[in-house]
Parts: sequence; structure tokens; C-alpha cells
Amino acid sequence: MSDTKTSSVVGSPHAIPASNGVTRRDFLNEITMGALGIAGLGSVAVTYQYFSPNVLFEPSTTFRAGNPDLYPVPSVTFLQDQQVYIVRMPEGFYAVSAVCTHLGCITQWKPDAEMIACPCHGSKFRPDGVKIEGPAPQPLPHFAISLTTDGELLVDKLQIIKPSQVLKV
Amino acid sequence: MATSFESALHNLRETKVWKSIFRRGPARTNRTRSLAIFGNLFLHWMPVKVREKSLRVRASYYLGSISFILFIVLFVTGILLMFYYHPAAPHAYRDMKDLQFVVSNGVFLRNLHRLAAHLMVFAVFWHMFHVFYRGGYKPPHEFNWVVGVVLLLVTLFLSYTGYLLPWDQLAFWAVTVGTNIISAMPFIGHKVRFLLLGGNIVGENALLRFYVLHVVILPLAAFVLIGIHFWRVQKDGGLTVKPRDEDGRE
Repeated sequence: MSDTKTSSVVGSPHAIPASNGVTRRDFLNEITMGALGIAGLGSVAVTYQYFSPNVLFEPSTTFRAGNPDLYPVPSVTFLQDQQVYIVRMPEGFYAVSAVCTHLGCITQWKPDAEMIACPCHGSKFRPDGVKIEGPAPQPLPHFAISLTTDGELLVDKLQIIKPSQVLKV
Repeated sequence: MATSFESALHNLRETKVWKSIFRRGPARTNRTRSLAIFGNLFLHWMPVKVREKSLRVRASYYLGSISFILFIVLFVTGILLMFYYHPAAPHAYRDMKDLQFVVSNGVFLRNLHRLAAHLMVFAVFWHMFHVFYRGGYKPPHEFNWVVGVVLLLVTLFLSYTGYLLPWDQLAFWAVTVGTNIISAMPFIGHKVRFLLLGGNIVGENALLRFYVLHVVILPLAAFVLIGIHFWRVQKDGGLTVKPRDEDGRE
């Protein structure tokens, strides 16, 4: 490295260290790499955003299940489109998910055996969602069920409630 | 007749077009043979000389070559199937059925694609086991072993994404179950599932995403990795041959 005082005549001006020891070349290299790094992180972030859809054309998570009189006591009714069982027992109504907690298959109500069975891997549940046997790690969740002002059943699949919360009609 | 054919061939070889393509002349010496390999894009990564031992069936059972040939079969039949298949929910299943019952030779292509896919998974696994038992993962082949493992994963993921495309009950539930397994990953599982399906359920978005992965992204990755894989075999000094084969004993 040439002496700073005579550098304008001899060495390359780009390689002269400033008083803190950083050359102009190093400084520009670091600025450039830093900018490229920020741009790279930014493009990862916007790509992630791009791949997360903002609008989904999926069945509504809240739905009306008709008049309570449609369901005899006791009964388990499977709603195909919603993948929910509307269970009516002497103590009241509850809505049980029909999606197996093991790997997401749709379970079936077996009236003869009085249990809910999964065709994929053989999990079995009671009508109130409690697991009898099988690989399922959790009981079937209960969804919030209420009455609309005009007297129909309303189920909200985003709200999981305790099995003890039963809708009395 | 023979002489007129030979003279025609001779005249063809004297044309400017012929000479511009085949610049080396007949491969009569080792030098011209080597130059023919080096000068060809599709052959330049192949070794110019190969030990006879590594060409024996029991040196490799040709499992890597079989996997590659199956990949080419899948590439060609897959492109042909794409001419009739729409990756959208009302069409996908009907198009698959049309290929089976309406399109001329469609059932042949579809079955060829399907069977070759099954065989490729089988061949790639067998190839991996064979290389493992031969010690093909040892230096200097460690890098190529890792490339091979990634290729195995690409093969499995190609197989899995292709599984959804018929859009029948088997496809739907297989992907429902498979993506629920993904969501068991700690912390990021549900997010990965959401991104892979483009939603919370196996629907139109999932079909399109799996289609794009199956026909563009994964085959492209496979081609690049296969290129590296072949090239490394040559750079690492050819196939791993058992020491006793080196001695010439069986």
C-alpha cells in the first residue's frame, strides 16, 4: 500500500484505506452485497405472500342446519356438504366434526353399532365424539351451535366448544 | 446397385452440410473417437474410455440407466398426456376418463405413464440400495451420493404430485391424508400445508399447484440434478467397482 499523502500520484485511488482502514472498494462491495441481501430477503417475503391466497372459494365455515324439528330424538344426522354430524340427544343438540382427527378422512355414522367409524385407518368414536379406539389422537371436536332469530340451527365450524356445552331447544 | 449407393453416400459425406455437422471424419483412431465424444453436447460428460468390468451387468445391474430411461419415458408420455388434460376440477377426471376410453391410444399412453412411474420409484430405490451396499457413498463419491438422495426425494415427490391429477376418490383421499401428515410438522406444518394446497381443503387450487409442480418445477429440478449426477460419476472416476472385480476375479 502506498503512502496516503503521495497516493494521487502512485497507487490506485480505489484501494487507499481511509483513516478507519476501510478502502473505497471494500465500502462499495459491502454496500452492494448488503443491498442485494435486502433485495433477496424482500423477494422471498413477497413470493411467500404471492403463494398465500387472500380469497378462498371454499365452503362457508358458518352454516344453517335447518329447523330443530327436522331432527328426531335421539338421532345422528350426517351433513355431507358441511362434513358435520348434527346429534340430537334427550339433553339437547350438539354439532360434531365428521373429519377424523387422525389424518382428515371423513368418518361415517354406523347406526347398527351406534358409533362413528373412520374408513381410512379404523378409528372409532362415540356419537359425542369421544374416541373408542384407533389411531386418532384426539376426540372429534364439537362446533359452536346456536339458534338464529328465526329459529334455525346455526353452526360455526371455526368455534370449537367444550363437549359439555349442549344446545337446549 | 451397391456401388451407386456407396458413391451417393460418398458424395453426401463430401457436402458442406455433412462436413459442418460431422467435423471429425470417421472414428478410426482413439483420438477421433475421443473427439467425437467431447464434441457432442449429449455425450461430453460420458467417459471416453470405460473399464470393461464396469460394463458388466453385475457391476451396476444398469439400475441408474434403467431409472433414467424410465424418466425419459415418463417425460415423453407426460408431455403427450398434457395435450388432453385440463388441470381444473370439472375437467380433470373427465379428461382422464377420455384418455382411457375416447382418445386413440390414450389408454396406452396413460398406462405407460403410470406403470413407468411405479417402476421408476422401484428402480430408483433399488439403485440406491445397490450403491449403498457397494459402498458407493464413500469418498470421493459423497457429493454424488447426496445428489442421488435428493433425486430420490424428487422422484417420490413427482410420484406423489402425479397421484392427485386423476382427481378421483383415491387421489383425493391420498392427498388429504398426505397433506395432513405434512401438517404434523412442528410449528410450520399447517402453514406448509396451506401453501401446498393453496387453501385449507384439497380443491381447485391444490390441483393446479400439484399440476405445476408435477409438470414444470420437479421435472426441471430432476433434469438439472440428473445432469450433475452423471457428470459427477465421470469426474469421480467412474462407477464403484468391487475390489475383487478390479482383480479380474469374480
